[in-house]
Amino acid sequence: MAAQERTSSDFTVEIKQTLGGESITRCYQCGTCASSCPVAKMTDRYNPREVIRLALLGQRENVLGSDTIWLCASCYQCQERCPQEVEIADVIYALRNIAIREGKVPKIYAEFAATLTRDGRLVSMSKFLEKKRIEYGLPPLKPTGVEAIRKILSATGFDKLPISGMKGEST
Amino acid sequence: MTSYALFLGCTIPARQPHYELSARKAMAKLGVELVDLEGVTCCAPPPVQSIDLETSLIVAAYNICLAEEADLNIVTLCTGCFESLAVANNILKENVMLRTRVNGVLSCLGKEFKGKKEVRHYLQVLLNDVGLNYLRRSVVKPLKSLRVAAFSGCHLLRPSKLLRFDDPERPRIFDTLIEALGAESVWYRNKLKCCGGLLRGYADDVALAIARDKIVNAAHAGADCIATLCPFCFLTLDLGQVLIKSTYKEEYDMPIIHYTELLSLSLGIDPKELALEFHKVKIDKVLDKIGLNLP
Repeated sequence: MAAQERTSSDFTVEIKQTLGGESITRCYQCGTCASSCPVAKMTDRYNPREVIRLALLGQRENVLGSDTIWLCASCYQCQERCPQEVEIADVIYALRNIAIREGKVPKIYAEFAATLTRDGRLVSMSKFLEKKRIEYGLPPLKPTGVEAIRKILSATGFDKLPISGMKGEST
Repeated sequence: MTSYALFLGCTIPARQPHYELSARKAMAKLGVELVDLEGVTCCAPPPVQSIDLETSLIVAAYNICLAEEADLNIVTLCTGCFESLAVANNILKENVMLRTRVNGVLSCLGKEFKGKKEVRHYLQVLLNDVGLNYLRRSVVKPLKSLRVAAFSGCHLLRPSKLLRFDDPERPRIFDTLIEALGAESVWYRNKLKCCGGLLRGYADDVALAIARDKIVNAAHAGADCIATLCPFCFLTLDLGQVLIKSTYKEEYDMPIIHYTELLSLSLGIDPKELALEFHKVKIDKVLDKIGLNLP
Protein backbone atom coordinates (compact mmCIF):
# COMPACT_ATOMS: atom_id res chain seq x y z
CA MET A 1 0.00 0.00 0.00
CA ALA A 2 1.11 3.55 -0.72
CA ALA A 3 2.20 5.42 2.39
CA GLN A 4 0.29 8.61 1.69
CA GLU A 5 -3.35 9.07 2.65
CA ARG A 6 -5.82 8.57 -0.12
CA THR A 7 -8.58 11.11 -0.57
CA SER A 8 -12.16 10.01 -0.98
CA SER A 9 -12.12 10.80 -4.66
CA ASP A 10 -9.14 8.50 -5.18
CA PHE A 11 -11.08 5.53 -3.94
CA THR A 12 -14.23 6.52 -5.83
CA VAL A 13 -12.22 6.84 -9.03
CA GLU A 14 -10.56 3.50 -8.38
CA ILE A 15 -13.96 1.81 -7.95
CA LYS A 16 -15.44 3.51 -11.02
CA GLN A 17 -12.50 2.30 -13.09
CA THR A 18 -12.94 -1.28 -11.90
CA LEU A 19 -15.27 -3.48 -13.94
CA GLY A 20 -18.64 -3.53 -12.17
CA GLY A 21 -18.01 -0.39 -10.12
CA GLU A 22 -18.89 2.23 -12.73
CA SER A 23 -22.29 3.24 -11.32
CA ILE A 24 -21.38 3.80 -7.65
CA THR A 25 -21.50 7.61 -7.72
CA ARG A 26 -25.17 7.64 -8.71
CA CYS A 27 -26.16 6.54 -5.18
CA TYR A 28 -28.28 9.06 -3.25
CA GLN A 29 -28.59 6.91 -0.13
CA CYS A 30 -32.33 6.20 -0.24
CA GLY A 31 -31.90 2.77 1.38
CA THR A 32 -34.08 0.81 -1.05
CA CYS A 33 -31.20 -1.66 -1.32
CA ALA A 34 -31.01 -2.28 2.42
CA SER A 35 -34.75 -2.75 2.74
CA SER A 36 -34.75 -5.28 -0.13
CA CYS A 37 -31.72 -7.21 1.09
CA PRO A 38 -32.33 -10.74 2.43
CA VAL A 39 -28.98 -10.70 4.27
CA ALA A 40 -29.55 -7.34 5.99
CA LYS A 41 -32.86 -8.74 7.19
CA MET A 42 -31.05 -11.52 9.06
CA THR A 43 -27.91 -9.81 10.36
CA ASP A 44 -26.68 -6.32 11.18
CA ARG A 45 -23.24 -7.34 9.90
CA TYR A 46 -24.32 -6.30 6.39
CA ASN A 47 -26.05 -3.26 4.95
CA PRO A 48 -25.49 -2.44 1.26
CA ARG A 49 -26.37 1.25 1.66
CA GLU A 50 -23.65 1.60 4.31
CA VAL A 51 -21.04 -0.16 2.17
CA ILE A 52 -21.72 2.28 -0.67
CA ARG A 53 -21.68 5.26 1.68
CA LEU A 54 -18.37 4.27 3.29
CA ALA A 55 -16.86 3.66 -0.15
CA LEU A 56 -18.01 7.09 -1.37
CA LEU A 57 -16.53 8.65 1.78
CA GLY A 58 -13.18 7.15 0.84
CA GLN A 59 -13.02 4.76 3.77
CA ARG A 60 -10.83 2.45 1.75
CA GLU A 61 -9.30 0.30 4.49
CA ASN A 62 -12.56 0.14 6.36
CA VAL A 63 -14.42 -1.14 3.30
CA LEU A 64 -11.80 -3.51 1.90
CA GLY A 65 -10.63 -4.86 5.24
CA SER A 66 -13.96 -5.70 6.83
CA ASP A 67 -15.93 -8.85 6.22
CA THR A 68 -18.93 -6.79 5.13
CA ILE A 69 -18.24 -6.92 1.38
CA TRP A 70 -18.14 -10.72 1.58
CA LEU A 71 -21.63 -10.95 3.05
CA CYS A 72 -23.50 -10.02 -0.12
CA ALA A 73 -25.37 -13.08 -1.41
CA SER A 74 -25.28 -11.76 -5.01
CA CYS A 75 -29.06 -12.11 -5.30
CA TYR A 76 -29.37 -8.83 -7.24
CA GLN A 77 -32.58 -7.81 -5.47
CA CYS A 78 -31.04 -4.43 -4.53
CA GLN A 79 -29.75 -3.81 -8.04
CA GLU A 80 -33.15 -4.67 -9.50
CA ARG A 81 -34.91 -2.10 -7.31
CA CYS A 82 -32.38 0.74 -7.13
CA PRO A 83 -34.14 3.91 -8.39
CA GLN A 84 -30.76 5.34 -9.37
CA GLU A 85 -29.72 2.26 -11.33
CA VAL A 86 -26.68 1.74 -9.17
CA GLU A 87 -25.49 -1.75 -10.04
CA ILE A 88 -24.99 -2.56 -6.40
CA ALA A 89 -24.24 -6.28 -6.63
CA ASP A 90 -21.70 -5.51 -9.36
CA VAL A 91 -20.17 -2.72 -7.25
CA ILE A 92 -19.70 -5.34 -4.51
CA TYR A 93 -17.89 -7.55 -7.06
CA ALA A 94 -15.64 -4.59 -7.92
CA LEU A 95 -14.85 -4.06 -4.22
CA ARG A 96 -14.12 -7.77 -3.77
CA ASN A 97 -11.88 -7.75 -6.87
CA ILE A 98 -9.88 -4.81 -5.43
CA ALA A 99 -9.62 -6.51 -2.02
CA ILE A 100 -8.41 -9.75 -3.63
CA ARG A 101 -5.68 -7.92 -5.55
CA GLU A 102 -4.38 -6.75 -2.19
CA GLY A 103 -4.32 -10.24 -0.78
CA LYS A 104 -7.46 -9.87 1.32
CA VAL A 105 -8.82 -13.28 0.37
CA PRO A 106 -11.34 -15.18 2.51
CA LYS A 107 -10.35 -18.84 2.86
CA ILE A 108 -13.30 -20.16 0.88
CA TYR A 109 -12.39 -17.94 -2.10
CA ALA A 110 -8.79 -19.21 -2.00
CA GLU A 111 -10.26 -22.70 -2.23
CA PHE A 112 -12.46 -21.68 -5.19
CA ALA A 113 -9.43 -20.24 -7.00
CA ALA A 114 -7.31 -23.33 -6.34
CA THR A 115 -10.04 -25.75 -7.50
CA LEU A 116 -10.72 -23.70 -10.63
CA THR A 117 -7.02 -23.61 -11.55
CA ARG A 118 -6.52 -27.31 -10.84
CA ASP A 119 -9.70 -28.80 -12.35
CA GLY A 120 -11.22 -26.12 -14.57
CA ARG A 121 -14.36 -26.57 -12.48
CA LEU A 122 -15.51 -25.44 -9.06
CA VAL A 123 -16.81 -28.81 -7.88
CA SER A 124 -14.58 -31.82 -8.38
CA MET A 125 -15.97 -35.02 -9.84
CA SER A 126 -15.85 -37.98 -7.50
CA LYS A 127 -14.84 -41.48 -8.57
CA PHE A 128 -18.04 -42.66 -6.89
CA LEU A 129 -20.28 -40.57 -9.12
CA GLU A 130 -18.26 -41.26 -12.27
CA LYS A 131 -19.08 -44.94 -11.65
CA LYS A 132 -22.67 -44.19 -10.73
CA ARG A 133 -23.17 -42.34 -14.03
CA ILE A 134 -22.64 -45.58 -15.94
CA GLU A 135 -25.03 -47.42 -13.64
CA TYR A 136 -27.70 -44.78 -14.25
CA GLY A 137 -27.16 -44.84 -17.99
CA LEU A 138 -25.84 -41.27 -18.08
CA PRO A 139 -23.35 -40.56 -20.88
CA PRO A 140 -19.71 -40.35 -19.82
CA LEU A 141 -18.66 -36.76 -19.11
CA LYS A 142 -16.78 -35.08 -21.92
CA PRO A 143 -13.32 -33.88 -20.87
CA THR A 144 -13.15 -30.44 -19.21
CA GLY A 145 -11.15 -27.70 -20.96
CA VAL A 146 -8.58 -27.46 -18.18
CA GLU A 147 -5.76 -26.35 -20.47
CA ALA A 148 -7.95 -23.68 -22.06
CA ILE A 149 -9.03 -22.24 -18.73
CA ARG A 150 -5.42 -22.21 -17.47
CA LYS A 151 -4.41 -20.21 -20.53
CA ILE A 152 -7.18 -17.71 -19.80
CA LEU A 153 -6.23 -17.47 -16.11
CA SER A 154 -2.64 -16.86 -17.14
CA ALA A 155 -3.50 -14.26 -19.79
CA THR A 156 -5.66 -12.21 -17.39
CA GLY A 157 -3.20 -12.46 -14.50
CA PHE A 158 -5.74 -14.38 -12.42
CA ASP A 159 -3.13 -17.03 -11.65
CA LYS A 160 -0.79 -14.37 -10.27
CA LEU A 161 -3.28 -12.89 -7.82
CA PRO A 162 -2.01 -13.01 -4.24
CA ILE A 163 -4.14 -15.99 -3.32
CA SER A 164 -2.51 -18.70 -1.24
CA GLY A 165 -2.66 -22.25 -2.53
CA MET A 166 -2.81 -21.19 -6.16
CA LYS A 167 0.01 -21.53 -8.68
CA GLY A 168 1.88 -18.23 -8.97
CA GLU A 169 1.38 -17.45 -5.30
CA SER A 170 2.99 -14.18 -4.27
CA THR A 171 2.03 -13.73 -0.63
CA MET B 1 -35.54 -32.03 -34.34
CA THR B 2 -34.60 -29.13 -32.09
CA SER B 3 -31.07 -29.44 -30.71
CA TYR B 4 -29.28 -27.60 -27.94
CA ALA B 5 -25.82 -27.74 -26.46
CA LEU B 6 -26.44 -28.90 -22.90
CA PHE B 7 -24.35 -26.89 -20.43
CA LEU B 8 -24.34 -28.98 -17.25
CA GLY B 9 -21.97 -26.88 -15.17
CA CYS B 10 -19.94 -28.22 -12.24
CA THR B 11 -22.37 -29.14 -9.49
CA ILE B 12 -24.98 -31.15 -11.34
CA PRO B 13 -22.75 -33.90 -12.78
CA ALA B 14 -20.60 -33.98 -9.65
CA ARG B 15 -23.35 -34.03 -7.02
CA GLN B 16 -26.89 -34.24 -8.39
CA PRO B 17 -27.46 -37.10 -10.84
CA HIS B 18 -31.18 -36.95 -10.04
CA TYR B 19 -31.27 -33.53 -11.69
CA GLU B 20 -29.30 -34.57 -14.76
CA LEU B 21 -31.24 -37.81 -15.23
CA SER B 22 -34.66 -36.21 -14.99
CA ALA B 23 -33.65 -33.30 -17.24
CA ARG B 24 -32.25 -35.56 -19.97
CA LYS B 25 -35.06 -38.11 -19.87
CA ALA B 26 -37.81 -35.50 -20.00
CA MET B 27 -36.27 -33.65 -22.96
CA ALA B 28 -35.73 -36.93 -24.83
CA LYS B 29 -39.40 -37.70 -24.30
CA LEU B 30 -40.42 -34.25 -25.50
CA GLY B 31 -38.31 -34.53 -28.65
CA VAL B 32 -35.50 -32.09 -27.92
CA GLU B 33 -31.96 -33.30 -28.55
CA LEU B 34 -29.30 -32.35 -25.98
CA VAL B 35 -25.72 -32.37 -27.23
CA ASP B 36 -22.75 -32.61 -24.87
CA LEU B 37 -19.83 -30.42 -25.90
CA GLU B 38 -16.20 -31.26 -25.38
CA GLY B 39 -13.89 -28.85 -23.56
CA VAL B 40 -16.44 -26.91 -21.54
CA THR B 41 -15.34 -25.56 -18.18
CA CYS B 42 -16.79 -23.89 -15.13
CA CYS B 43 -19.20 -21.11 -16.23
CA ALA B 44 -17.43 -18.64 -13.89
CA PRO B 45 -20.31 -17.90 -11.48
CA PRO B 46 -20.35 -15.45 -8.51
CA PRO B 47 -17.43 -17.08 -6.65
CA VAL B 48 -15.20 -16.48 -9.68
CA GLN B 49 -16.79 -13.08 -10.45
CA SER B 50 -15.93 -12.10 -6.88
CA ILE B 51 -12.27 -12.86 -7.52
CA ASP B 52 -11.99 -11.27 -10.95
CA LEU B 53 -15.00 -10.11 -12.94
CA GLU B 54 -13.15 -9.70 -16.22
CA THR B 55 -11.69 -13.22 -16.06
CA SER B 56 -15.15 -14.60 -15.42
CA LEU B 57 -16.52 -12.85 -18.52
CA ILE B 58 -13.75 -14.35 -20.64
CA VAL B 59 -14.30 -17.86 -19.25
CA ALA B 60 -18.03 -17.56 -19.96
CA ALA B 61 -17.30 -16.25 -23.45
CA TYR B 62 -14.93 -19.16 -24.10
CA ASN B 63 -17.74 -21.61 -23.32
CA ILE B 64 -20.16 -19.73 -25.56
CA CYS B 65 -17.54 -19.95 -28.36
CA LEU B 66 -17.68 -23.75 -28.13
CA ALA B 67 -21.43 -23.63 -28.78
CA GLU B 68 -20.94 -21.14 -31.62
CA GLU B 69 -18.46 -23.51 -33.24
CA ALA B 70 -20.98 -26.36 -32.94
CA ASP B 71 -23.65 -24.02 -34.36
CA LEU B 72 -25.94 -24.67 -31.40
CA ASN B 73 -27.74 -22.51 -28.87
CA ILE B 74 -26.97 -23.32 -25.24
CA VAL B 75 -29.43 -24.67 -22.70
CA THR B 76 -28.57 -24.64 -19.01
CA LEU B 77 -30.18 -26.37 -16.06
CA CYS B 78 -28.37 -24.53 -13.29
CA THR B 79 -29.63 -20.97 -12.94
CA GLY B 80 -26.13 -19.93 -11.85
CA CYS B 81 -24.75 -21.12 -15.20
CA PHE B 82 -27.67 -19.39 -16.90
CA GLU B 83 -26.78 -16.10 -15.26
CA SER B 84 -23.03 -16.29 -15.95
CA LEU B 85 -23.45 -17.28 -19.58
CA ALA B 86 -26.50 -15.17 -20.47
CA VAL B 87 -25.07 -12.04 -18.82
CA ALA B 88 -21.75 -12.50 -20.65
CA ASN B 89 -23.52 -13.24 -23.93
CA ASN B 90 -25.73 -10.18 -23.75
CA ILE B 91 -23.06 -7.79 -22.45
CA LEU B 92 -20.56 -8.89 -25.07
CA LYS B 93 -23.08 -8.65 -27.89
CA GLU B 94 -23.70 -5.02 -26.97
CA ASN B 95 -20.44 -3.69 -25.56
CA VAL B 96 -17.94 -3.53 -28.41
CA MET B 97 -15.06 -2.27 -26.26
CA LEU B 98 -15.40 -5.11 -23.78
CA ARG B 99 -15.85 -7.65 -26.58
CA THR B 100 -12.61 -6.48 -28.18
CA ARG B 101 -10.78 -6.93 -24.86
CA VAL B 102 -12.30 -10.36 -24.31
CA ASN B 103 -11.52 -11.47 -27.85
CA GLY B 104 -7.95 -10.27 -27.39
CA VAL B 105 -7.51 -12.92 -24.70
CA LEU B 106 -9.57 -15.57 -26.51
CA SER B 107 -7.38 -15.19 -29.60
CA CYS B 108 -4.54 -16.98 -27.70
CA LEU B 109 -6.85 -19.99 -27.71
CA GLY B 110 -7.77 -19.53 -31.33
CA LYS B 111 -11.28 -18.51 -30.31
CA GLU B 112 -13.45 -15.53 -31.09
CA PHE B 113 -16.74 -14.58 -29.46
CA LYS B 114 -19.06 -13.74 -32.35
CA GLY B 115 -22.34 -13.22 -30.52
CA LYS B 116 -24.27 -15.46 -32.88
CA LYS B 117 -25.93 -17.77 -30.37
CA GLU B 118 -28.43 -17.61 -27.54
CA VAL B 119 -28.16 -18.84 -23.98
CA ARG B 120 -31.45 -20.27 -22.76
CA HIS B 121 -32.67 -21.85 -19.61
CA TYR B 122 -34.39 -25.26 -19.71
CA LEU B 123 -37.71 -23.60 -18.89
CA GLN B 124 -37.44 -21.40 -21.99
CA VAL B 125 -36.95 -24.47 -24.15
CA LEU B 126 -40.06 -26.02 -22.61
CA LEU B 127 -42.05 -22.86 -23.13
CA ASN B 128 -40.82 -21.83 -26.58
CA ASP B 129 -39.61 -24.97 -28.36
CA VAL B 130 -41.78 -27.67 -26.82
CA GLY B 131 -44.70 -25.33 -26.21
CA LEU B 132 -47.31 -25.34 -23.45
CA ASN B 133 -49.93 -27.17 -25.48
CA TYR B 134 -47.63 -30.01 -26.42
CA LEU B 135 -46.32 -30.18 -22.86
CA ARG B 136 -49.86 -30.40 -21.43
CA ARG B 137 -50.79 -33.08 -23.93
CA SER B 138 -47.67 -35.08 -23.02
CA VAL B 139 -48.55 -35.28 -19.32
CA VAL B 140 -49.78 -38.81 -18.61
CA LYS B 141 -49.67 -38.56 -14.82
CA PRO B 142 -51.10 -35.15 -13.88
CA LEU B 143 -49.79 -33.97 -10.51
CA LYS B 144 -53.31 -33.34 -9.29
CA SER B 145 -53.77 -31.83 -5.84
CA LEU B 146 -50.02 -31.31 -5.44
CA ARG B 147 -49.30 -27.92 -3.89
CA VAL B 148 -45.94 -26.68 -5.11
CA ALA B 149 -43.96 -23.72 -3.79
CA ALA B 150 -42.11 -22.49 -6.87
CA PHE B 151 -38.61 -21.27 -6.16
CA SER B 152 -36.74 -20.34 -9.31
CA GLY B 153 -33.63 -19.04 -7.56
CA CYS B 154 -32.32 -15.52 -7.98
CA HIS B 155 -30.29 -15.93 -11.12
CA LEU B 156 -33.10 -17.05 -13.37
CA LEU B 157 -34.66 -13.61 -12.94
CA ARG B 158 -32.02 -11.13 -11.85
CA PRO B 159 -30.35 -9.02 -13.14
CA SER B 160 -33.43 -8.79 -15.37
CA LYS B 161 -31.94 -6.11 -17.62
CA LEU B 162 -29.44 -8.64 -18.93
CA LEU B 163 -31.24 -11.95 -18.40
CA ARG B 164 -34.58 -10.93 -19.90
CA PHE B 165 -36.26 -14.07 -18.64
CA ASP B 166 -39.45 -12.84 -16.99
CA ASP B 167 -40.84 -9.92 -14.99
CA PRO B 168 -38.47 -9.80 -11.99
CA GLU B 169 -41.15 -8.72 -9.52
CA ARG B 170 -44.14 -10.67 -10.85
CA PRO B 171 -42.75 -13.66 -12.73
CA ARG B 172 -45.24 -16.13 -14.18
CA ILE B 173 -43.29 -18.52 -16.41
CA PHE B 174 -42.16 -20.97 -13.75
CA ASP B 175 -45.64 -21.08 -12.16
CA THR B 176 -47.26 -21.62 -15.56
CA LEU B 177 -44.95 -24.56 -16.26
CA ILE B 178 -45.75 -26.09 -12.85
CA GLU B 179 -49.45 -25.71 -13.53
CA ALA B 180 -49.01 -27.30 -16.98
CA LEU B 181 -48.17 -30.53 -15.11
CA GLY B 182 -51.50 -30.40 -13.30
CA ALA B 183 -50.09 -29.15 -9.98
CA GLU B 184 -50.98 -25.98 -8.13
CA SER B 185 -48.35 -23.26 -7.72
CA VAL B 186 -48.96 -21.75 -4.28
CA TRP B 187 -48.07 -18.25 -3.24
CA TYR B 188 -45.84 -17.94 -0.19
CA ARG B 189 -44.18 -15.10 1.65
CA ASN B 190 -40.89 -13.81 0.23
CA LYS B 191 -41.21 -16.16 -2.71
CA LEU B 192 -38.68 -14.23 -4.82
CA LYS B 193 -36.13 -13.81 -2.04
CA CYS B 194 -32.75 -15.53 -2.10
CA CYS B 195 -32.04 -18.90 -0.40
CA GLY B 196 -28.75 -17.60 1.01
CA GLY B 197 -26.83 -20.36 -0.75
CA LEU B 198 -23.92 -18.23 -1.90
CA LEU B 199 -23.03 -17.40 1.70
CA ARG B 200 -22.44 -21.07 2.51
CA GLY B 201 -18.77 -21.54 3.29
CA TYR B 202 -18.29 -17.90 4.27
CA ALA B 203 -21.11 -17.16 6.73
CA ASP B 204 -22.87 -20.47 7.34
CA ASP B 205 -24.98 -19.10 10.19
CA VAL B 206 -26.47 -16.32 8.03
CA ALA B 207 -26.95 -18.67 5.07
CA LEU B 208 -28.83 -21.14 7.24
CA ALA B 209 -31.06 -18.44 8.76
CA ILE B 210 -32.07 -17.31 5.27
CA ALA B 211 -32.70 -20.89 4.12
CA ARG B 212 -34.79 -21.57 7.21
CA ASP B 213 -36.96 -18.53 6.45
CA LYS B 214 -37.62 -19.91 2.97
CA ILE B 215 -38.69 -23.30 4.28
CA VAL B 216 -40.84 -21.84 7.07
CA ASN B 217 -42.67 -19.63 4.57
CA ALA B 218 -43.35 -22.52 2.19
CA ALA B 219 -44.56 -24.67 5.08
CA HIS B 220 -46.90 -21.91 6.31
CA ALA B 221 -48.42 -21.71 2.85
CA GLY B 222 -49.26 -25.41 3.06
CA ALA B 223 -46.91 -26.44 0.25
CA ASP B 224 -46.28 -30.16 -0.28
CA CYS B 225 -42.83 -29.42 -1.67
CA ILE B 226 -40.55 -26.67 -2.92
CA ALA B 227 -39.69 -26.91 -6.62
CA THR B 228 -36.17 -25.76 -7.51
CA LEU B 229 -34.13 -25.18 -10.67
CA CYS B 230 -30.75 -24.32 -9.22
CA PRO B 231 -28.49 -27.03 -7.73
CA PHE B 232 -27.32 -24.58 -5.03
CA CYS B 233 -30.85 -23.72 -3.97
CA PHE B 234 -31.52 -27.47 -3.86
CA LEU B 235 -28.48 -28.14 -1.70
CA THR B 236 -29.13 -25.17 0.55
CA LEU B 237 -32.74 -26.16 1.20
CA ASP B 238 -32.42 -29.98 1.15
CA LEU B 239 -29.17 -30.53 3.06
CA GLY B 240 -30.09 -27.30 4.85
CA GLN B 241 -32.93 -29.07 6.63
CA VAL B 242 -30.46 -31.54 8.14
CA LEU B 243 -28.48 -28.55 9.45
CA ILE B 244 -31.64 -26.74 10.61
CA LYS B 245 -32.52 -29.84 12.61
CA SER B 246 -29.16 -29.89 14.38
CA THR B 247 -28.86 -26.09 14.79
CA TYR B 248 -32.42 -24.94 15.48
CA LYS B 249 -33.83 -28.28 16.73
CA GLU B 250 -36.64 -27.87 14.21
CA GLU B 251 -37.89 -30.38 11.68
CA TYR B 252 -39.90 -29.31 8.65
CA ASP B 253 -39.71 -32.44 6.49
CA MET B 254 -40.27 -30.28 3.41
CA PRO B 255 -39.35 -32.17 0.22
CA ILE B 256 -37.19 -30.17 -2.19
CA ILE B 257 -37.68 -31.33 -5.78
CA HIS B 258 -36.12 -30.10 -8.96
CA TYR B 259 -38.76 -29.07 -11.49
CA THR B 260 -37.35 -31.59 -13.97
CA GLU B 261 -38.14 -34.40 -11.51
CA LEU B 262 -41.77 -33.29 -11.29
CA LEU B 263 -41.80 -33.01 -15.07
CA SER B 264 -40.37 -36.52 -15.53
CA LEU B 265 -42.86 -38.04 -13.09
CA SER B 266 -45.75 -36.34 -14.85
CA LEU B 267 -44.49 -37.61 -18.22
CA GLY B 268 -44.72 -41.16 -16.89
CA ILE B 269 -41.01 -41.80 -16.43
CA ASP B 270 -40.44 -44.54 -13.86
CA PRO B 271 -39.37 -43.02 -10.52
CA LYS B 272 -36.93 -45.93 -10.13
CA GLU B 273 -34.93 -44.48 -13.03
CA LEU B 274 -34.51 -41.07 -11.42
CA ALA B 275 -31.95 -41.65 -8.62
CA LEU B 276 -34.36 -40.21 -6.07
CA GLU B 277 -32.15 -41.56 -3.28
CA PHE B 278 -30.08 -38.37 -3.69
CA HIS B 279 -32.70 -36.44 -1.74
CA LYS B 280 -31.79 -35.92 1.93
CA VAL B 281 -35.40 -35.05 2.74
CA LYS B 282 -37.30 -38.01 1.37
CA ILE B 283 -39.97 -37.26 -1.20
CA ASP B 284 -42.23 -40.27 -0.51
CA LYS B 285 -45.02 -37.96 0.69
CA VAL B 286 -45.05 -36.29 -2.71
CA LEU B 287 -45.00 -39.60 -4.58
CA ASP B 288 -47.88 -40.84 -2.42
CA LYS B 289 -49.91 -37.76 -3.11
CA ILE B 290 -49.60 -38.10 -6.86
CA GLY B 291 -50.27 -41.82 -6.69
CA LEU B 292 -46.78 -43.12 -7.35
CA ASN B 293 -45.00 -45.36 -4.92
CA LEU B 294 -41.39 -46.34 -4.78
CA PRO B 295 -40.95 -50.08 -4.28
